[in-house]
Amino acid sequence: MAVIHDMIPDFELYQPESLDGALEVLDRHRDTAWVLAGGMDTFDWFKDRVKRPEAVVDLGAIPELSGISETDGGIEIGAMTPLTEVVENELVRERYSILAEAAETVATPQIRNQGTLGGNLVQDTRCWYYRAGWPCYRAGGNICYADTPESMNREHCIFDASRCVAVTPSDTAPALIALDAEMVIRGRRGERTVAAEDFFVGPAIDITRMTVLQPNEVLQSVRIPDTWAGADFYFEKVRDRNAWDFPLVNVASAMRVEDGVVQDCRLSVGAVSPVPLRMDRCEELLRGQKISEDIATRIAELGVIGAKPLRHNGYKVPLMRNLIRRAIRGQAPV
Amino acid sequence: MANTLVGTDYVPPDLIEKVTGRARYAEDWRAEGMLFAKQLLSPMPHARVRNIDASAALEMEGVEAVLTADDLAEYMGEAGPLDERSLTNHPKYEGEPVLAVAATSEKIAADAIEKIKVDFEPLPFALDPLDSIAPGGADSLPDGNSIVRERTDTGVETVVKRVEWTAEDLATARGSDGEKGRMPEGVFQDEWTNGDLEKGFADADYIIDEPLFFQSVTHHPMEPRSCMAHWEGDTCHLYPSTQSVAFTLLAGQGTVGVPPQNLVVHSEYTGGGFGSKIVGTSNMAVPVYLAKKTGKPVMHRVTRYEENYIGRARPGFQGWAKIGFKKDGRISAFDWAVIQDNGPYGRQSDMGTSGNMVSLTYQPESMRHRGLSIATNTPPRAPQRAPGGVQMSAMVEPLLDRAADHLGIDRLTIRQINIAKNGAKFGDGEGRNVTTAYVTEAWDRLAEMVDWDDAKARSGQMNGSKVTGVGLASSTYTAGSSGFDGLMLITPEGRLEIHTGIGNLGTHSFSDTARVAADLLDVPWEKVDMVWGDTGKGVPHTCVQAGSQTTHAITRATHAAATDMKTKLQELAAQVHGGSASQYVVAGERVYRRGNRAAGLSLAQAAEKAIEMGGRYDGTELNEGLSPITLGGAAVLKGRGLLAAAKDNYGRAGDVYSWVVAYAEIELDKETGVIELTDYKAVTDCGTVLNPRSLGGQLHGGAVQGFGCAVGQKWVYDPQWGIPFANRFYTARPATILDVPLEMEWDAVNMPDPNNPVGSKGIGEPPMGAGCASLLCAIQDALGQDTVAYLPLMTDHIINQLEGREQDSEFLAAHT
Repeated sequence: MAVIHDMIPDFELYQPESLDGALEVLDRHRDTAWVLAGGMDTFDWFKDRVKRPEAVVDLGAIPELSGISETDGGIEIGAMTPLTEVVENELVRERYSILAEAAETVATPQIRNQGTLGGNLVQDTRCWYYRAGWPCYRAGGNICYADTPESMNREHCIFDASRCVAVTPSDTAPALIALDAEMVIRGRRGERTVAAEDFFVGPAIDITRMTVLQPNEVLQSVRIPDTWAGADFYFEKVRDRNAWDFPLVNVASAMRVEDGVVQDCRLSVGAVSPVPLRMDRCEELLRGQKISEDIATRIAELGVIGAKPLRHNGYKVPLMRNLIRRAIRGQAPV
Repeated sequence: MANTLVGTDYVPPDLIEKVTGRARYAEDWRAEGMLFAKQLLSPMPHARVRNIDASAALEMEGVEAVLTADDLAEYMGEAGPLDERSLTNHPKYEGEPVLAVAATSEKIAADAIEKIKVDFEPLPFALDPLDSIAPGGADSLPDGNSIVRERTDTGVETVVKRVEWTAEDLATARGSDGEKGRMPEGVFQDEWTNGDLEKGFADADYIIDEPLFFQSVTHHPMEPRSCMAHWEGDTCHLYPSTQSVAFTLLAGQGTVGVPPQNLVVHSEYTGGGFGSKIVGTSNMAVPVYLAKKTGKPVMHRVTRYEENYIGRARPGFQGWAKIGFKKDGRISAFDWAVIQDNGPYGRQSDMGTSGNMVSLTYQPESMRHRGLSIATNTPPRAPQRAPGGVQMSAMVEPLLDRAADHLGIDRLTIRQINIAKNGAKFGDGEGRNVTTAYVTEAWDRLAEMVDWDDAKARSGQMNGSKVTGVGLASSTYTAGSSGFDGLMLITPEGRLEIHTGIGNLGTHSFSDTARVAADLLDVPWEKVDMVWGDTGKGVPHTCVQAGSQTTHAITRATHAAATDMKTKLQELAAQVHGGSASQYVVAGERVYRRGNRAAGLSLAQAAEKAIEMGGRYDGTELNEGLSPITLGGAAVLKGRGLLAAAKDNYGRAGDVYSWVVAYAEIELDKETGVIELTDYKAVTDCGTVLNPRSLGGQLHGGAVQGFGCAVGQKWVYDPQWGIPFANRFYTARPATILDVPLEMEWDAVNMPDPNNPVGSKGIGEPPMGAGCASLLCAIQDALGQDTVAYLPLMTDHIINQLEGREQDSEFLAAHT
């Protein structure tokens, strides 16, 4: 556990001006390197000396990682694009408003100016035991302090616990899953793409990481296809206060509806599992259905089947159920 | 008296410095060769330090000294076992500072801390008062779980005792077999009764008997308690973050072991305190004695994380209220019992005050107050904005609504029928009474502002999944003390220089109170120079900037000194131009014979004349009864002009209290538990309004702090390890600007209190309780009755209530 807080220790700072340069440094330092984007997740770790990399690679000077551009099949957003830019971008607002809405619920205006889309996606979990430096499974230890009979786990998961019960804190991740986005990853051996829903990994796969990114890889950009451009969207985040607060549960949906009947849909829920969940079973049941309060309620009930709340987070089950219902039928009861 | 300044908005003299960033707060000070300090905090909630090995740290380049509790004992004398010192070998909460390192940079100091080996012996700990008093419960201190002040043959002694309740009493208090808890009869320490409680309940037509919970809340002022110190010979220059400048000097012997004559306090700006920095802060001895040890200035910058530990907190209450109401809503009996989560040091006054606040606010026909203070291994407590008052208002006001609804009475009516009026008596029957209480007028004005009948009609209205809730609440608290000194000077430049020992923590009272003198002497505000924030420049004995004392106390003291100034001006004019002093008037920057403006002196001429005459005019001779602090301050100013220094000897017919009544309206989403505060209005009785804009800031700022308390802020402890997690701003969750309506309204009844020369009373305290309680009442209104008895009402709690689920934490459990 941290002995001293709020004082960043020494490290070698690299500020490459190209992605290749960054990858070269990362490859050289491997497990002892840290990728710095906006710093909103990073500096907490550094100040409390819980994470102590030898080399920090600041991506801030790499132009190719920033900006939003139109592509043949949709748009591409550089991972270093500030969240504020995502919120304000006309293309995003016109075609993929759900992403702008989600990004706008992140933290505070100041943090959104500094924080990046990539940072919001790859940020570490907010489990307070883990972040305080307790030697838990995720930190390389052999216990989960948040999952004992006395643990304080109000914010933790109700699905997919596997030794670790921490949740994904990202607000933009469910929106990007609903939009069927693709994550573009760059390593020294080239580029690979991963579907947004496959980008995140739970503790059953790798308990020390939140995404598929390897230590010598960087999230380069996010590609959003035009499949869902201009669809019927819904995003909602429930939190304890309106500024600088992570989701208790968030939900995102994209639907194509004709004459009240769902032609196609994608639905994702965050902060209930170590990864943002794609609610494919709910989607399957919803396709072809005429939207009604009854359908929304029945599918929402199915969505929470299998939830296993911890001692202090039983409320997440009805909250998740209600948010799925709202994502299907809109906020106002129909 | 011109009376043109009191009651009008103005630009305070510190504003430009603040908005341009030139204002120097504690950590902005710099000195040649200054070192930086970092602390090592206890990793355990209760432990003894068996050994410290700092050898590796001391060998590091740039490390200049390590300071321990043993060093402090050498400098300041041995601490008592129950005394809190800046550093300790017996930490009583996780995060308590154990040692400090001074180095040429903070980075080196932090690196050095990591090299120090401390051998801790873990000790049993207690986090929850109810758990501690259970049979066989853990004690927070070596000799028990309660700090008690006992009368002995030689005086009052502070001792530790173990308090234990029977399993039966605890079961009654907590509830069992699906039954809610109710008023227990366990062991209490404080107890008083007024009237015939038994008869009061017999006369009641409706009785509420409820367990209630109010969490402990960190103060979290915007500015953490950083401090710099350096020595010049035997004189210590201290640059703390403090609420009260003169009293930080006066308390120097107790806080840092330096008597006032060897101490100079520099504090021009303080970024809030809320009661946590009344006479400075608990960490001041760290830079003071690291500076002593190294012979160099030392800065101790405190981070938000450290602030969470050493920054003080409001004591939580586990409480019970049993209230008997007559058919018309009048309270015939009020039985009030609280267990106070005291933290590990001192004995907090909140629980006792809460009983007085019940008595004053609701004027019950009979009442019993009982209190029990239990020490816990959690951060130290201190008064926080209306200590005891906020807890009481938040816990009781929702119960009034339940009674009103049960009895079929309007919720405004039930408050008005139990209202305090001018001269109202309160407390334990020893004849205490308030001076003024224009609460009826405040309620009438609020009802008009909100159109209460219209507002009631909105209660329960659905908008999609959202339901509207409306809430009313009142809150009162002390609003002034007396008996302090004023000190001022008219300079040969014809300017009025007003010296104050009030701290400048953002309320503007340091200059609001000075406007009384400018009015009385008819000096334009542009010709007034405020001198504050440096005891080396001469300060009078002024009250602590706490408990909303300042406005009332220092307008009195300033008025006394201004009156002394006026008398001296008249005397000087009479000596130059003949006649008696009473023939002279002071107006328009002159003192002149009534009807003949030419026969007189300008203020500049009067100052020159005072210097020439000396004696009682230039500060060589001073009035009797002045405090030594004032005498010292006057000595600094002697010979510089016409000096006035006087003690407030005005009479006072009771205790001074202010009131705030408030209205909150919310929309509560029944599917998500999300609350949106859509409207807030407040009306105050705080006597004559001195500075309207600043008053509005207090009424709304205090309310926002109360909103956070109602729905957001709480401590969370892992009970197995005794370690807290809500120790950053984002995990502590105070309310923000995005959590409140863009526009909130306020008004004041503006009725003068005759016990003050300008009619003023303080206002800092009661806005928080009114904000907190009115929001809770609005939530209860939206959720349905019999629902609110617990703070904070966070999203999980509300969803569980809406879904009919059992709460995820035990009802009276602390820090969950």
